Formats: sequence, C-alpha cells, structure tokens
Amino acid sequence: MSVYLLRRLLQAVAVVFAMSLIVFVGVYAIGDPVEILISPDADQLERERAIAALGLDLPLWEQYFVFLARAMQGDLGRSFVFNEPALRLILQRMPATLELAFGATIMALIIGLPLGLYAGLRPHSPLSRAIMAGSILGFSLPTFWVGLMLIMVFAVQLGWLPSTGRGPTRELLGLQWSFLTWEGMRHMLMPAINLSLFKISLVIRLTRAGVRETILQDYVKFARAKGLRPARVVGVHVFKNILIPVVTVVGLELGSTIAFSVVTESVFAWPGMGKLIIDSINVLDRPVIVAYLMIIVLMFITINLVVDLTYSVLDPRVRLEAKGT
Amino acid sequence: MSATLRRNASVAAGAAALALAVLGAAAPARAQTLTMAVGAPVTSLDPHYHQLSPNNAVADMIFDRLINTDNLSRMVPGLAVEWRAVEPTVWEFRLRPGVRFHNGNPFTAEDVAFTLQRVPNVPNSPSSFAAYVRPIRGVEIVDPLTIRLRTAAPAPLLPQDLTNVRILDRETHEGAATEDYNSGRAAVGTGPWRVVQHRSGDRIEFERNDGYWGEKPAFQRVTYRMITNDAARTAALLAGDVEFIDQVPTSDLAKLRADQRVTLSEITGLRLIFLGLDHLRAPNENSPFVTDHEGRPLGRNPLRDVRVRRALSMAIDRQAITQRVMEGAATPAGQFLPQGVFSHVPELTPPRFDPEGARRLLAEAGYPQGFRITLHSPNDRYINDARIAQAVGQMWTRIGVRTAVEAQTWTTFIARAGRQEFSAHLIGWGSNPEGSHPLRNIIATYNRERGFGASNRGRYSNPEVDALIEQALVEMDEEKRERILQEAQRKAFEDVAIIPLHIQTNIWAMRRHLAHTPRNDELTRAQDVRPANAAAR
Repeated sequence: MSVYLLRRLLQAVAVVFAMSLIVFVGVYAIGDPVEILISPDADQLERERAIAALGLDLPLWEQYFVFLARAMQGDLGRSFVFNEPALRLILQRMPATLELAFGATIMALIIGLPLGLYAGLRPHSPLSRAIMAGSILGFSLPTFWVGLMLIMVFAVQLGWLPSTGRGPTRELLGLQWSFLTWEGMRHMLMPAINLSLFKISLVIRLTRAGVRETILQDYVKFARAKGLRPARVVGVHVFKNILIPVVTVVGLELGSTIAFSVVTESVFAWPGMGKLIIDSINVLDRPVIVAYLMIIVLMFITINLVVDLTYSVLDPRVRLEAKGT
Repeated sequence: MSATLRRNASVAAGAAALALAVLGAAAPARAQTLTMAVGAPVTSLDPHYHQLSPNNAVADMIFDRLINTDNLSRMVPGLAVEWRAVEPTVWEFRLRPGVRFHNGNPFTAEDVAFTLQRVPNVPNSPSSFAAYVRPIRGVEIVDPLTIRLRTAAPAPLLPQDLTNVRILDRETHEGAATEDYNSGRAAVGTGPWRVVQHRSGDRIEFERNDGYWGEKPAFQRVTYRMITNDAARTAALLAGDVEFIDQVPTSDLAKLRADQRVTLSEITGLRLIFLGLDHLRAPNENSPFVTDHEGRPLGRNPLRDVRVRRALSMAIDRQAITQRVMEGAATPAGQFLPQGVFSHVPELTPPRFDPEGARRLLAEAGYPQGFRITLHSPNDRYINDARIAQAVGQMWTRIGVRTAVEAQTWTTFIARAGRQEFSAHLIGWGSNPEGSHPLRNIIATYNRERGFGASNRGRYSNPEVDALIEQALVEMDEEKRERILQEAQRKAFEDVAIIPLHIQTNIWAMRRHLAHTPRNDELTRAQDVRPANAAAR
C-alpha cells in the first residue's frame, strides 16, 4: 500500500513539473502580457519599466528558473493583474467553485441513480423511454444555452430565482460558504442545475447499462431463487456491482467540473476559479495560469487515487499493490 | 483609458429577444440602495496600480483628483479650487479648504506631495501612472492649502495629466501596499463613497460619504457588481436583479429601446476605431501582406503612395458600417476627436464614400487592376471589431483591392501589430480630450527617447507633423495651442496617416426609475446615477 502511494506521489511531482514547463513556454508563445495589460498611451519608457517590474526582461529560461526556485519554497509568483500571490487568489475563489461542483455532483447522484435504476429494471416501460430520451437532451444541449434559458425562465419571466451572482456567505472552517444561507442556496440552485444536467444524464446511462448487465448474472438469479426480497436483490446484489463504473466516472467528472466549469461560472457571474482562469488567460496572467493548472493536476491525481481506494472498498478482489500503475 | 471588452453578440441577441417576449418582473427595491453591474472586472482598489478604465471608475468613487473632469471630460475644480501657471515652468494649485478623508483626517498640501511621490513607485505595477507626474521636477508647499509644482520645461498639459491622479492621505497610506487597498483597509479617500466590502472579481459594496464636500450622492448604499457575460448582464437588468448596466451590447439595443421597463443613456465617446497602414517598408520594398492578383510580390509598397491610401479611405462606406454593423451606436469620423472637444478640426469631415473616385485614384497611382491585401483585426477587443473588418474588406474588394480578413484574439494580434508584421490592421484609440494625446502616441515618429509614437504601429513618419506636436507640447497659450494641434491633425489626415472609421457611442441601460449622466470617457460611476424624478443636474 505505502509503496503504491509513494509511486503515485512521484508520478504527481513529475507531471506537475512537466506541466509548469509546458504552460510557461505556451504562454510565452501566445503573446506579451505587458502589451495587453499596459495602458495604450504608455510611452516606451513606461513599457520598459513594466516589463522589468513583471520580471519579463529576463530570457525565458531564466524566468523559468526563478519561478522554479521560488516554487520550491511554496511561492508560485504574484499575479500580474492583481499584484497578489497567485496561490492565494485561487484558494480564495475555491470555495465558490467547490460548493457548486459538489452541489452539482450530489444532484446528479440523487436524481441520476434512481432514474437509471428504474430504466434498467423496466427497460420497456414508457417512463423509461422518456428518461432515456431526456438524457440525450442532457448530453447534447450546450451549457451556455441552457444557462441562459434557465435565467430567462426562472429569473426574468417567473422571478423566482436571482439571475446571477453568489448570495450572502457564512464562515465555516475559516472559509466563506454560501450554501449555509437560504439566500445563498437560492443563488446556487440554477448554476448547480446547469452544471449537473450533463452529469445526471451520464449517471442515468451508466446505471442503466450496469443494471441491464448485472441483472442477467448468475448470482442475481441465485439470489432471486433463494427467495430474497426484490428490494434486497436490487439494493445489495445489483447496486453494489454497478457502482464501480459510476464511481470512476463521477470522480473524474467532479474533477473536470471543479477545474473547467468556466462557461457556467461566466454565464451566472459566479465568482469561482473558472472565471478567474478564463480572465487570466485573456490577459496572459502567467503566474495565475501556471499555479491554477498545477493545482488542477494535483487535484486530478488525488481524485484518481481516491477512486482507486474506493474500488478496493467496493470490490474486495481489487488489490492496490497489484495494480501499481 | 482602456478598451471596452467585446460582446458576445449572437447569444445576447437571443437572450434579449426571449427576455422581451415575457412580461415584467418584480420591481427592485428602490429608495436608498442602488445595484449596478459593469461588464469589465475591476482588478484593484489601489488608484495608482493599474491604469485601466474600470479601476479608474471605482477610484473616482472613493477618491478625488486635484482637478476632476465633468461628463465631457472638461476640467472642473476637484481638490484644487484654482490653478494657474505663475511662471511657464511653475504651476500653482490652491487647495480646497475643510475637506476630510473618510477616516476624518484633514486634507492638506502634504497629502498632495505624498501622492505625487508615491505614483511612480508602486511595486509590480503592470501599467503605472508615472508618466503623468514625470514632468514634475520639484514640489514646493507654500502653505497647507497652496502647492507649487516646478517642471523642467513649460508643461501646459500638466493640469490635464493630473486629472488622472487620485489623491491619497499621507497618514493613512504611508507604507500601504496594493493588497491593503484591495482588502479595503487603505481604500480611504475624500470621494463621495466609502468602501464597505470588496469581493475581488465579484462585487464592491459602497456606503455614502455623508461628509462629502461636493454634491451628495442620491443613494445611501451601492452594490457594484461585475457581470462580464453580456447576455447575463442584460438578463440581470431585465430580471430586476440589477438596476443599471454598462457596455450594452449593440445587438440588444433595438429591443431595449422598445422595452417599457428600461431606459438608455448615451453619449458620443472618445474612442476612435481606425485602420493602421504599413508605412515602415520603403516605397520600393514589399509589404508583408500585399501581393498582385496572382499572389506574387509587387516589388513596391503601394501603401506609401498617398493616392492609394486616399483611395482605400474613399472606398469605405462609413455610414453603412455605423448603421448596420454598429446598429447606430457609432458616428462616422474623419479625425480623432468628436465635435465639441478641444482641438477638434471642424473641416475634417468623414471622407465621402466614392468607389468610382477611389478606382480612378488607384489607376492614377499605377494600380488600375488593384492588388491583394490582408486586413488583420482583433476579434475580442472592440465592439463588433471583426465584423467591421469584414465590411471594410468587402468594400475594398469592390474597388479591385482584393482583401482577405484575418481576425484573431487580441493577445496574439497586439503582439504581432507591435512587431509591424501587418500591412493593414484595425485597431482603436481612446483619446484624452486634447489633440496632442492621440497625435503624439499614434502619428508622431517612433522615438524612444522622446516617448513619441509608442502606439504608432504603422510607423508613419512626417517631420512637419512632428515639429508641430513638439511646438504644441510647450505652448502655454490655449488658443495658440489649439490652432497648432488643428494644423498638425489637418496635415496628418490629409496625408492619410491612418484611415479613421468611426467614434463609438457609450451606452448604459437602466430601469425606468433611474436617470444617468453619461460620460464620454466610458467611466461607470455611482455618483452619476440618480432617481428619475429628481431634478437633472
């Protein structure tokens, strides 16, 4: 187990390192941040001062080594735009994104699992067909369009929910969360639904496919033959066995929601990390882009690890030492 | 001033269309609070950290300048009640008595001296305000309410420059870093609003400064939100979640004008959209994106011939662009500044649309068959930028100059334009209300030592114009200076140094119960908003 964890950790370091190098060179290739940040009427002297102030006067390899040396001490640089540590900027906005991503994922499980189970157990009923047809919509409608439609219907037309923004927050564990207040929940509902539509569809389809496959297995037939209650057959024998693919996919989806819920965050003016990263890319705020992607890489590695550990809980046949990769 | 961000037109159009199909939403809470949403994020509350319009707008709410500007960018007394040049190289400012900062500290000449000394020394600033105080060589405090600024050479533009500098309190701000302003701790000025809370990239909460020396704002509290998505901002206004928005997308204009719940406020701005041409390559050299119709190099640079430049300008139907592409939210232009602004040239009207004449001029210049060119443009910077470039491309093609349009993201575009990689490019310029500002940045010969031509990306060079600009920059007599600047602009535009297209209209939208004084400098400030029934200022 510990050998396995150690190997995972080393991999993580290598990936983070490679990623920082790629992003550094990539941002350099796109353009010059000073050209974008500087006031158009700045003269040549002022431009040179700004280039030097942001450390962009050094050759690229030197800039990279300065960055590496500081990163070793936990300093990922200061944002060109905000003049604040990049890491702190990102962490400040993380709670907003996290609560949205978890809200969406929980919603996906609560809605997706029962619907998928039903569709799998009664594949030919009209309701099942409707669920499956609905899930196709969930897959194929573009997020920004659904988001705008939600705003139009529930905020502009019906006036039930606030159109954009994050509601009032309350402190928990030193961070600001909005799901703790009623008003905050109201603000969160639409963006969370918007993010979860795709995931609900995914969970429905995975669950249904799993159920259809498992229901034909010998152990399910045997359980039925033993005379167990249908609820127990479904709840234990079927359900537990379909969870492995669901956990994998939901885990990865959670990761990508946290990292890349850019569209939803900007349509709903949700002050999370996704909005920060897209704004930073627009102005080539390199310290923030690099720090953000490094955090995301670490997060994905952690989620993969958690998914693997969950396997071993769900399926005793899985041995982590044996997998190794 | 900095750029307005571009609008996602099609999405916004759909959103507004749908929004208008439905009935009215609940009326927002009126009375004492105002909720507004702006389209570009405020990056810092430090008034000297980043020279950027959204930051300047918020700085105007918290701080004051020695000389403030009215909605037409004319100088009006701020923390200075009166200023004059006592000698050609000495400006004297008499300061407003009895002004206090939000924390109760009195405002004196010491604070001005402290501010002037801080401005060029803000660490890590990506775009500083240093250039505005650079002419100052010495500061002399005559008495607590009188200060003299000494310059090396006559500096007629110093008062204009100082309209960009917000005044700090020595006691509060000594040693304060940009982060202290952002946290709200050091966001303490003499302005009409005090900061209650700042959530970076999301919103700023303000409260009225009841001790303000000037006109009292109409609202007790203001929530200043940032909603960068155009469709979402319009929707928030229609839903009544916010009562006031800026940067109204042109595609939503027609529908918003028809909406009973909403009213618009507009004013001709100071931002010119224009085409820059390659003046760098000599007449006998190839310009990078100009070829003959078979794609072979021409062996010469047609853009160096004034007849070709004039033909390209005459080929453009500016009326069609402002009416169809811009939906009326722009005015055709023949120069940098709109009517009514200092050093506007009355006789420089927008060039007449004349494709026949353009063809004749091309033939005269030795291009009866025309040539091929690529017009480069950003697609995410100015209002409808890529679509304007498309329209120009079609108009040029009609006179035989077969034009390919290449629109790209601003980050890539501006780097390439700065390296003179283009033959023709579309770009914008937000002027200060003074002709020397665009002239010395865009038209003057590129010269690092003098700080001239920093945005002269086509590398136009005309010694006569340069001499006039130099002359204007030290001319203390306002009337004489205006005449010199008009002469310089006349020369530059007769020589078609750049091809002007149009000046943008700045547009805000608000719920019916509000009224707004629109500003030509694009700044969105809460003190310019008031209840509609109150008497207009």
